[in-house]
Amino acid sequence: MTNQDKTLAAGLAATAPPPAAEPDFDAQRRQAFWRRVRGHRGLQAGAAILLALLAVAVFAPWLAPHDPNAQSLAYRLLPPAWSEGGSWTYLLGTDQVGRDYLSRLIYGTRISLVVGFGAASIGCLIGVTLGVCAGYFGGRIDSLVSFLLTSQLALPGLLLAMALVFIIGPSLWVVIGIIGGLHWTYYLVVTRTSTMRLRQLDFVAAARAIGSSRRQILWHEILPNLLNQIIVVFTFEVGIAVLAEAALSFLGVGIQPPTPSWGLMIAEGKMAIFHRPWLVVLPGMALFLLVIGANLLGDGLRDVTSPEKRN
Amino acid sequence: MDDTSLLHIDDLDVTLPTAAGPLRAVRGMNLSLRKGEALGIVGESGSGKSMTALALMRLLPPGARLRAGALRYAGHDLEAMPDADFAAQIAGRGIAMIFQEPMTSLNPVYTIERQMTELMVRDGASAARARERALYLLDRVKVPDPAHRLRSYPHQLSGGQRQRVMIAMALMTEPQLLIADEPTTALDVTVQAQILELLAELRQEFGMAMILITHDLAVVANAVDRVMVMYGGQPLESGPARTVLGDPRHPYTRGLLECAPGKAGRHARLNAIPGIVPSLVDPLPGCVFGPRCAHATAECRNGDIARTPRDAQGWFRCLHPQAAAQPAIATRANTADTGVAQPPARPSADIVLSATHITRTFSQRKGIFGKPYQVRAVDDASLQVAHGETVAVVGESGSGKSTLARILLGLDDPDQGEVRLDGRPVAGLSAAERARLVQPVFQDPYSSLNPRRPVGEIVARPLALHGEAGAADLRRETLRMLERVGLPQRVIHSYPNQLSGGQRQRVAIARALILRPRLLLCDEPTSALDVSVQAQILNLLQDLQEEFGLSMLFITHDIGVVRKIADRVAVMRDGRIVETGPAGTVLERPSHDYTALLLSSVPTLAHAFAGAA
Repeated sequence: MTNQDKTLAAGLAATAPPPAAEPDFDAQRRQAFWRRVRGHRGLQAGAAILLALLAVAVFAPWLAPHDPNAQSLAYRLLPPAWSEGGSWTYLLGTDQVGRDYLSRLIYGTRISLVVGFGAASIGCLIGVTLGVCAGYFGGRIDSLVSFLLTSQLALPGLLLAMALVFIIGPSLWVVIGIIGGLHWTYYLVVTRTSTMRLRQLDFVAAARAIGSSRRQILWHEILPNLLNQIIVVFTFEVGIAVLAEAALSFLGVGIQPPTPSWGLMIAEGKMAIFHRPWLVVLPGMALFLLVIGANLLGDGLRDVTSPEKRN
Repeated sequence: MDDTSLLHIDDLDVTLPTAAGPLRAVRGMNLSLRKGEALGIVGESGSGKSMTALALMRLLPPGARLRAGALRYAGHDLEAMPDADFAAQIAGRGIAMIFQEPMTSLNPVYTIERQMTELMVRDGASAARARERALYLLDRVKVPDPAHRLRSYPHQLSGGQRQRVMIAMALMTEPQLLIADEPTTALDVTVQAQILELLAELRQEFGMAMILITHDLAVVANAVDRVMVMYGGQPLESGPARTVLGDPRHPYTRGLLECAPGKAGRHARLNAIPGIVPSLVDPLPGCVFGPRCAHATAECRNGDIARTPRDAQGWFRCLHPQAAAQPAIATRANTADTGVAQPPARPSADIVLSATHITRTFSQRKGIFGKPYQVRAVDDASLQVAHGETVAVVGESGSGKSTLARILLGLDDPDQGEVRLDGRPVAGLSAAERARLVQPVFQDPYSSLNPRRPVGEIVARPLALHGEAGAADLRRETLRMLERVGLPQRVIHSYPNQLSGGQRQRVAIARALILRPRLLLCDEPTSALDVSVQAQILNLLQDLQEEFGLSMLFITHDIGVVRKIADRVAVMRDGRIVETGPAGTVLERPSHDYTALLLSSVPTLAHAFAGAA
């Protein structure tokens, strides 16, 4: 045995002898990924909830038993079918002007999902860009971004959103843009500190030593390592954005009637909250389901994709 | 149990819960310690040495299970003692512990005085008396100006001073037993020598027993009476330091001694122990070292190996004890001879790297309104590396060696001076050209690989980045490179966290060499690795140097590594290169006082035995 062979053997010894034919590593990786997914109840529950809501939103015209905007004043404020005075025609009852509540909830899913994911994506784009730049370049850029952050945190968010919607005029896209444009601070804080830490690590220095440009370092080395945190903040922000839309609609500056939105439904139901509680409870439960589903999915995705779990 | 016995541990087992199953961190640990005695526990990472100490101090991680035949300290049955009694009587009072990392062992928001006197005051001493004792002890551990230091906060102290404060704090309540877990590992070698000397002095003065836990055989040899060698959670050999380290019976002890780069000269190969530390989840029956042992036979795998008594205090756990005829120290001397017999590589006149009068100053300020002040990290440093030559840059922390490395890599620009690679100024090279001339290998194998990328992608990245090879070529070249650094093909799809420290460092070397650079710049490439793995990596680097005709610049604080690998040495201190020359000359006949101090501070086995004889 030559010296070189001995050194090689030293590295190989602890590992199993190499198999004769090269196995399909990609298939193994996929299998391992699905094994982790199967072992994660939270992820499954979150994915199931969101997929179900997505299906409801997409197939709303086929699922809804009635036109969500059709009023029938003869059947106003009917309770759900299972309580006294309810009717099986209107499964979840009707609202103040006699519109079918189930149909409105089903159509409201569309608004909530679009607003939740749309606004969270806009915030993500703003926050991650600012955070990574501040963390990686430091110095003046960091000071500037930190100033932006402080200013943003000092602004009363809801008030500002109301004012902006008021000035521009309410529509679905304005609501999404404004909610997204005001919810980027979590992304920034999380990515800025992580980038600062990552920037110091040797693999970034190694990437520079092999001649990577700044853009390549940011995309190839830094961003993949931020992915876990971004996923968690994203799903968290989906929940926040859905609630923000509900709050704006509740205050009358969000989605405009008669478009069915869960927040608007709560707002309209608040008059009757004590003697017709389902008007508030049902959209409230729908909101809760969406937010909890998004959060479970985010935590689960973080768990199954993080490299630490791949043992 | 006679009245001189202080600590008695019999058949201690510690089990940690992990996702893969229970991990047997400590198995069958036996230990007894007399009053005033010093015991060294030596082992690599994962050997269970720290876990034993933590078990004793009830600091085990949550979920850990402890089982012991006996666990007695000075007449107390520690196993049966309630937590509240343990906290009131033993922790800090009877047994005190100091930890490896002086930077995080002190609470940053309290003054030194408050932290030192806390325990005494809580036990009923007056504040004045506690302060008096703190002053006395700070003086004893040789902290300058103790009265002033009492009012300081931890961040105002250097690492060495903090470790002194930690020792003084441990002594406040006059413990009978001091457990020191790697107390000098995070410190510079000159400071390490002072701290070890201090511990020995204090032990004499206070008549205290000590358990010194370390991975460094030479540190143990110089500081304790008795040594226990641990591996894979089990003690394998124990006895008086001189017997165990001078004439080991267990193949593992012998292997450890042989793979430490010490006196053995340039080009002498280290006898690395093959393989890596085994998994302690569901361990195989039989000798725990068996899978890596050259002498293992079938009977070694047949159940637990009993202890074989050796002399009055010593024993070993092996069926094939090594013959006494060939003491390890003599073996090392022999290899040193053969090492000298090989002709050293003849550096040609072809200069790969030349740095002239490099100066780098950092401007810092305290707060936004603070006055800026200058820190000169590198001061007029000049260095040359010829083709095929290995130059070692030696220095302690803060000497500017890492800043110099960054400048030589082209990652940082010097304020003054010029770096030339292959005769061309580095400032004028494109990133791609520079990458083909010099590549780094960093110290920390855990942070030098992107945790989000599989190994194959990490190794292939330099080639892919410059876009010269097709996918098939890329894959072939990656596999070839992995094979050259001694990694199996299948790691190509592993992520870095699935590999051991040594394997990660091999990946880092493969990534550095795939562009076939002319110079490899290694910044402490082995200091985060266990000594048996360090030997593998040093051997590998030496092989690759011959094969690829590499020049190497080796930045290190470890004199043993320098002896093993360097043709020429440059000694750095406070940003300046204070001495340079051929390795033999600088290490044997240093001309600068600081080099001499550095060399004399390094603990060696030979020195320990000379002192004892």
